[in-house]
Amino acid sequence: MKGIWWKLLGLLLVLFSLVFGMLGPVQRLPILNETIRVLYYHVPMWFAMVALMLTSLIYSLKALNTNNLAQDSYAFEAAKTGFFLASIGLATGMVWARFTWGAFWVNDPKLNGTAVTMLIYLAYFVLRNSVEDPFKRIRLAGVYNIFAFVMMIVFIGILPRLTDSLHPGNGGNPGFNKYDLNSDMRPVFYSAVIGWILIGLWLTNLRVRYKNLKEKHEQV
Amino acid sequence: MNKYKLALFFMLSALSNASAQMPQVEMADALRENGKIYVVVVIIAIVFIGLAGYLINLDRKISKLEKKD
Repeated sequence: MKGIWWKLLGLLLVLFSLVFGMLGPVQRLPILNETIRVLYYHVPMWFAMVALMLTSLIYSLKALNTNNLAQDSYAFEAAKTGFFLASIGLATGMVWARFTWGAFWVNDPKLNGTAVTMLIYLAYFVLRNSVEDPFKRIRLAGVYNIFAFVMMIVFIGILPRLTDSLHPGNGGNPGFNKYDLNSDMRPVFYSAVIGWILIGLWLTNLRVRYKNLKEKHEQV
Repeated sequence: MNKYKLALFFMLSALSNASAQMPQVEMADALRENGKIYVVVVIIAIVFIGLAGYLINLDRKISKLEKKD
Protein backbone atom coordinates (compact mmCIF):
# COMPACT_ATOMS: atom_id res chain seq x y z
CA MET A 1 0.00 0.00 0.00
CA LYS A 2 1.35 3.35 -1.01
CA GLY A 3 1.60 6.29 1.33
CA ILE A 4 2.26 4.09 4.32
CA TRP A 5 5.47 5.88 5.34
CA TRP A 6 3.79 8.71 7.25
CA LYS A 7 1.59 6.24 9.11
CA LEU A 8 4.66 4.23 10.14
CA LEU A 9 6.44 7.47 11.06
CA GLY A 10 3.53 8.39 13.32
CA LEU A 11 3.60 4.99 14.99
CA LEU A 12 7.38 5.11 15.48
CA LEU A 13 7.28 8.62 16.95
CA VAL A 14 4.55 7.65 19.40
CA LEU A 15 6.40 4.45 20.33
CA PHE A 16 9.54 6.53 20.94
CA SER A 17 7.59 8.88 23.17
CA LEU A 18 5.98 5.99 25.08
CA VAL A 19 9.33 4.35 25.81
CA PHE A 20 11.43 7.42 26.50
CA GLY A 21 8.56 9.15 28.21
CA MET A 22 8.95 6.52 30.92
CA LEU A 23 12.74 6.17 30.85
CA GLY A 24 14.01 9.65 30.01
CA PRO A 25 15.18 12.17 32.58
CA VAL A 26 12.65 14.72 33.81
CA GLN A 27 12.76 17.68 36.15
CA ARG A 28 12.32 17.06 39.84
CA LEU A 29 9.40 19.28 40.67
CA PRO A 30 7.43 19.33 43.93
CA ILE A 31 3.76 18.23 43.82
CA LEU A 32 4.14 17.00 40.23
CA ASN A 33 6.87 14.49 41.06
CA GLU A 34 6.81 11.66 38.49
CA THR A 35 3.44 12.78 37.13
CA ILE A 36 5.33 15.36 35.04
CA ARG A 37 5.56 12.46 32.58
CA VAL A 38 1.84 12.79 31.93
CA LEU A 39 2.87 15.78 29.81
CA TYR A 40 4.05 13.33 27.13
CA TYR A 41 0.69 11.58 26.95
CA HIS A 42 -1.92 14.19 27.85
CA VAL A 43 -0.75 17.36 26.09
CA PRO A 44 -0.20 15.77 22.63
CA MET A 45 -3.91 14.87 22.60
CA TRP A 46 -4.73 18.58 22.59
CA PHE A 47 -2.08 19.40 20.00
CA ALA A 48 -3.46 16.64 17.79
CA MET A 49 -7.02 17.87 18.39
CA VAL A 50 -6.14 21.41 17.29
CA ALA A 51 -4.30 20.03 14.24
CA LEU A 52 -7.33 17.93 13.28
CA MET A 53 -9.75 20.81 13.78
CA LEU A 54 -7.47 22.87 11.52
CA THR A 55 -7.58 20.06 8.94
CA SER A 56 -11.34 20.02 9.28
CA LEU A 57 -11.46 23.80 8.73
CA ILE A 58 -9.25 23.56 5.63
CA TYR A 59 -11.46 20.85 4.13
CA SER A 60 -14.60 22.81 4.99
CA LEU A 61 -13.17 25.86 3.21
CA LYS A 62 -12.27 23.69 0.21
CA ALA A 63 -15.76 22.16 0.21
CA LEU A 64 -17.37 25.60 0.38
CA ASN A 65 -15.24 26.66 -2.57
CA THR A 66 -15.82 23.66 -4.79
CA ASN A 67 -19.10 22.13 -3.53
CA ASN A 68 -17.25 18.82 -3.34
CA LEU A 69 -19.08 16.28 -1.18
CA ALA A 70 -15.96 14.20 -0.45
CA GLN A 71 -14.17 17.21 1.03
CA ASP A 72 -17.15 18.02 3.24
CA SER A 73 -17.17 14.44 4.46
CA TYR A 74 -13.42 14.64 5.17
CA ALA A 75 -13.97 17.81 7.22
CA PHE A 76 -16.64 16.04 9.25
CA GLU A 77 -14.50 12.98 9.94
CA ALA A 78 -11.47 15.10 10.89
CA ALA A 79 -13.58 17.02 13.40
CA LYS A 80 -14.90 13.73 14.79
CA THR A 81 -11.37 12.37 15.28
CA GLY A 82 -10.38 15.67 16.88
CA PHE A 83 -13.32 15.40 19.23
CA PHE A 84 -12.35 11.84 20.11
CA LEU A 85 -8.79 12.93 20.95
CA ALA A 86 -10.16 15.84 22.97
CA SER A 87 -12.26 13.41 25.02
CA ILE A 88 -9.15 11.39 25.80
CA GLY A 89 -7.31 14.62 26.60
CA LEU A 90 -10.09 15.63 28.96
CA ALA A 91 -10.20 12.23 30.68
CA THR A 92 -6.43 12.10 31.16
CA GLY A 93 -6.38 15.73 32.25
CA MET A 94 -9.03 15.07 34.88
CA VAL A 95 -7.01 12.26 36.43
CA TRP A 96 -3.87 14.39 36.39
CA ALA A 97 -5.76 17.34 37.90
CA ARG A 98 -7.08 15.15 40.71
CA PHE A 99 -3.56 14.35 41.89
CA THR A 100 -1.88 17.71 41.32
CA TRP A 101 -4.62 20.30 41.80
CA GLY A 102 -6.79 18.22 44.12
CA ALA A 103 -9.99 17.84 42.12
CA PHE A 104 -11.16 16.24 38.90
CA TRP A 105 -12.55 19.55 37.71
CA VAL A 106 -11.18 22.88 38.85
CA ASN A 107 -12.52 26.24 37.85
CA ASP A 108 -9.71 26.89 35.44
CA PRO A 109 -10.32 29.02 32.31
CA LYS A 110 -8.67 26.41 30.13
CA LEU A 111 -10.90 23.60 31.40
CA ASN A 112 -14.08 25.60 31.03
CA GLY A 113 -12.93 26.84 27.63
CA THR A 114 -12.35 23.26 26.55
CA ALA A 115 -15.80 22.24 27.74
CA VAL A 116 -17.37 25.07 25.73
CA THR A 117 -15.28 24.14 22.68
CA MET A 118 -16.42 20.53 22.86
CA LEU A 119 -20.05 21.63 23.10
CA ILE A 120 -19.55 23.86 20.05
CA TYR A 121 -18.23 20.90 18.08
CA LEU A 122 -21.06 18.69 19.31
CA ALA A 123 -23.43 21.27 17.88
CA TYR A 124 -21.49 21.03 14.60
CA PHE A 125 -22.09 17.27 14.49
CA VAL A 126 -25.78 17.68 15.27
CA LEU A 127 -26.15 20.46 12.71
CA ARG A 128 -24.45 18.52 9.96
CA ASN A 129 -26.45 15.38 10.63
CA SER A 130 -29.74 17.25 10.68
CA VAL A 131 -29.50 18.57 7.12
CA GLU A 132 -30.74 16.13 4.49
CA ASP A 133 -29.75 17.93 1.29
CA PRO A 134 -25.99 17.25 0.81
CA PHE A 135 -25.25 20.56 -0.92
CA LYS A 136 -27.12 22.59 1.62
CA ARG A 137 -25.19 20.60 4.23
CA ILE A 138 -21.85 21.67 2.74
CA ARG A 139 -22.77 25.32 3.13
CA LEU A 140 -24.39 25.16 6.56
CA ALA A 141 -21.87 22.80 8.16
CA GLY A 142 -18.93 24.49 6.44
CA VAL A 143 -19.83 27.96 7.63
CA TYR A 144 -20.54 26.68 11.13
CA ASN A 145 -17.19 24.87 11.15
CA ILE A 146 -15.37 28.17 10.48
CA PHE A 147 -17.19 29.65 13.45
CA ALA A 148 -16.39 26.59 15.60
CA PHE A 149 -12.68 26.79 14.82
CA VAL A 150 -12.48 30.50 15.62
CA MET A 151 -14.35 29.91 18.89
CA MET A 152 -11.95 27.08 19.76
CA ILE A 153 -8.94 29.37 19.28
CA VAL A 154 -10.64 32.03 21.41
CA PHE A 155 -11.63 29.64 24.19
CA ILE A 156 -8.50 27.55 24.50
CA GLY A 157 -5.86 29.81 22.99
CA ILE A 158 -6.73 33.37 23.88
CA LEU A 159 -9.05 33.65 26.88
CA PRO A 160 -6.93 31.44 29.23
CA ARG A 161 -3.93 33.64 28.45
CA LEU A 162 -5.78 36.78 29.48
CA THR A 163 -6.53 35.56 33.00
CA ASP A 164 -4.67 33.40 35.47
CA SER A 165 -4.77 29.71 34.83
CA LEU A 166 -3.27 26.66 36.46
CA HIS A 167 -2.08 25.51 33.06
CA PRO A 168 1.41 26.59 32.02
CA GLY A 169 1.67 29.19 29.31
CA ASN A 170 -1.27 31.18 30.61
CA GLY A 171 -1.66 34.48 32.38
CA GLY A 172 0.47 36.25 29.79
CA ASN A 173 3.37 33.81 29.70
CA PRO A 174 4.52 32.21 26.49
CA GLY A 175 3.66 28.51 26.33
CA PHE A 176 6.26 26.01 27.52
CA ASN A 177 9.12 28.21 28.60
CA LYS A 178 12.33 26.66 29.83
CA TYR A 179 11.01 26.15 33.35
CA ASP A 180 8.07 24.07 32.19
CA LEU A 181 9.92 21.91 29.71
CA ASN A 182 13.68 21.41 29.86
CA SER A 183 15.88 20.32 26.99
CA ASP A 184 15.75 16.65 28.07
CA MET A 185 12.00 16.59 27.71
CA ARG A 186 11.62 18.49 24.45
CA PRO A 187 12.56 15.73 21.96
CA VAL A 188 10.21 13.23 23.58
CA PHE A 189 7.40 15.76 23.83
CA TYR A 190 7.69 16.99 20.25
CA SER A 191 7.91 13.47 18.85
CA ALA A 192 4.74 12.60 20.78
CA VAL A 193 2.98 15.68 19.37
CA ILE A 194 3.96 14.97 15.75
CA GLY A 195 3.31 11.24 16.16
CA TRP A 196 -0.19 11.73 17.57
CA ILE A 197 -1.05 14.29 14.89
CA LEU A 198 -0.04 11.74 12.22
CA ILE A 199 -2.02 8.98 13.94
CA GLY A 200 -5.03 11.29 14.20
CA LEU A 201 -4.81 11.99 10.46
CA TRP A 202 -4.50 8.26 9.84
CA LEU A 203 -7.62 7.50 11.89
CA THR A 204 -9.47 10.17 9.90
CA ASN A 205 -8.19 8.65 6.67
CA LEU A 206 -9.42 5.18 7.72
CA ARG A 207 -12.84 6.49 8.67
CA VAL A 208 -13.26 8.43 5.43
CA ARG A 209 -12.30 5.37 3.37
CA TYR A 210 -14.65 3.17 5.38
CA LYS A 211 -17.47 5.66 4.86
CA ASN A 212 -16.86 5.86 1.11
CA LEU A 213 -16.94 2.08 0.87
CA LYS A 214 -20.13 1.97 2.90
CA GLU A 215 -21.81 4.53 0.66
CA LYS A 216 -20.80 2.63 -2.46
CA HIS A 217 -22.09 -0.57 -0.92
CA GLU A 218 -25.41 1.04 -0.07
CA GLN A 219 -25.84 2.39 -3.59
CA VAL A 220 -25.36 -1.01 -5.19
CA MET B 1 21.45 50.07 35.62
CA ASN B 2 21.85 49.15 39.27
CA LYS B 3 18.22 48.15 39.44
CA TYR B 4 18.72 45.64 36.64
CA LYS B 5 21.79 44.17 38.31
CA LEU B 6 19.84 43.75 41.52
CA ALA B 7 16.97 42.09 39.67
CA LEU B 8 19.41 39.79 37.89
CA PHE B 9 21.03 38.89 41.20
CA PHE B 10 17.68 37.96 42.73
CA MET B 11 16.69 35.94 39.69
CA LEU B 12 19.97 34.03 39.73
CA SER B 13 19.79 33.37 43.46
CA ALA B 14 16.20 32.16 43.08
CA LEU B 15 17.34 29.84 40.30
CA SER B 16 20.23 28.42 42.29
CA ASN B 17 17.91 27.89 45.24
CA ALA B 18 15.48 26.03 43.03
CA SER B 19 18.16 23.78 41.62
CA ALA B 20 19.56 23.11 45.09
CA GLN B 21 16.16 21.96 46.28
CA MET B 22 15.40 19.74 43.30
CA PRO B 23 17.10 16.49 44.40
CA GLN B 24 14.98 16.47 47.56
CA VAL B 25 11.81 16.07 45.55
CA GLU B 26 10.55 12.53 45.86
CA MET B 27 10.69 10.62 42.60
CA ALA B 28 10.37 6.94 41.73
CA ASP B 29 14.12 6.44 41.93
CA ALA B 30 13.89 2.92 43.34
CA LEU B 31 11.82 1.79 40.36
CA ARG B 32 14.62 3.01 38.12
CA GLU B 33 17.47 1.67 40.25
CA ASN B 34 16.25 -1.92 40.39
CA GLY B 35 15.42 -1.89 36.69
CA LYS B 36 11.76 -2.87 37.11
CA ILE B 37 10.85 0.19 35.06
CA TYR B 38 12.09 -1.71 32.00
CA VAL B 39 9.41 -4.35 32.58
CA VAL B 40 6.75 -1.64 32.49
CA VAL B 41 8.28 -0.10 29.37
CA VAL B 42 8.51 -3.42 27.54
CA ILE B 43 4.86 -4.17 28.30
CA ILE B 44 3.72 -0.73 27.15
CA ALA B 45 5.77 -1.24 23.97
CA ILE B 46 4.21 -4.67 23.32
CA VAL B 47 0.68 -3.31 23.75
CA PHE B 48 1.39 -0.41 21.44
CA ILE B 49 3.13 -2.51 18.79
CA GLY B 50 0.19 -4.93 18.86
CA LEU B 51 -2.24 -2.07 18.41
CA ALA B 52 -0.09 -0.63 15.62
CA GLY B 53 -0.03 -3.97 13.79
CA TYR B 54 -3.79 -4.18 14.11
CA LEU B 55 -4.22 -0.70 12.63
CA ILE B 56 -1.87 -1.47 9.72
CA ASN B 57 -3.77 -4.68 9.04
CA LEU B 58 -7.08 -2.83 9.07
CA ASP B 59 -5.66 -0.26 6.66
CA ARG B 60 -4.56 -3.02 4.28
CA LYS B 61 -7.96 -4.70 4.42
CA ILE B 62 -9.68 -1.45 3.52
CA SER B 63 -7.17 -0.94 0.68
CA LYS B 64 -8.03 -4.37 -0.70
CA LEU B 65 -11.75 -3.58 -0.61
CA GLU B 66 -11.11 -0.27 -2.38
CA LYS B 67 -9.21 -2.05 -5.15
CA LYS B 68 -12.11 -4.45 -5.68
CA ASP B 69 -14.49 -1.61 -6.48
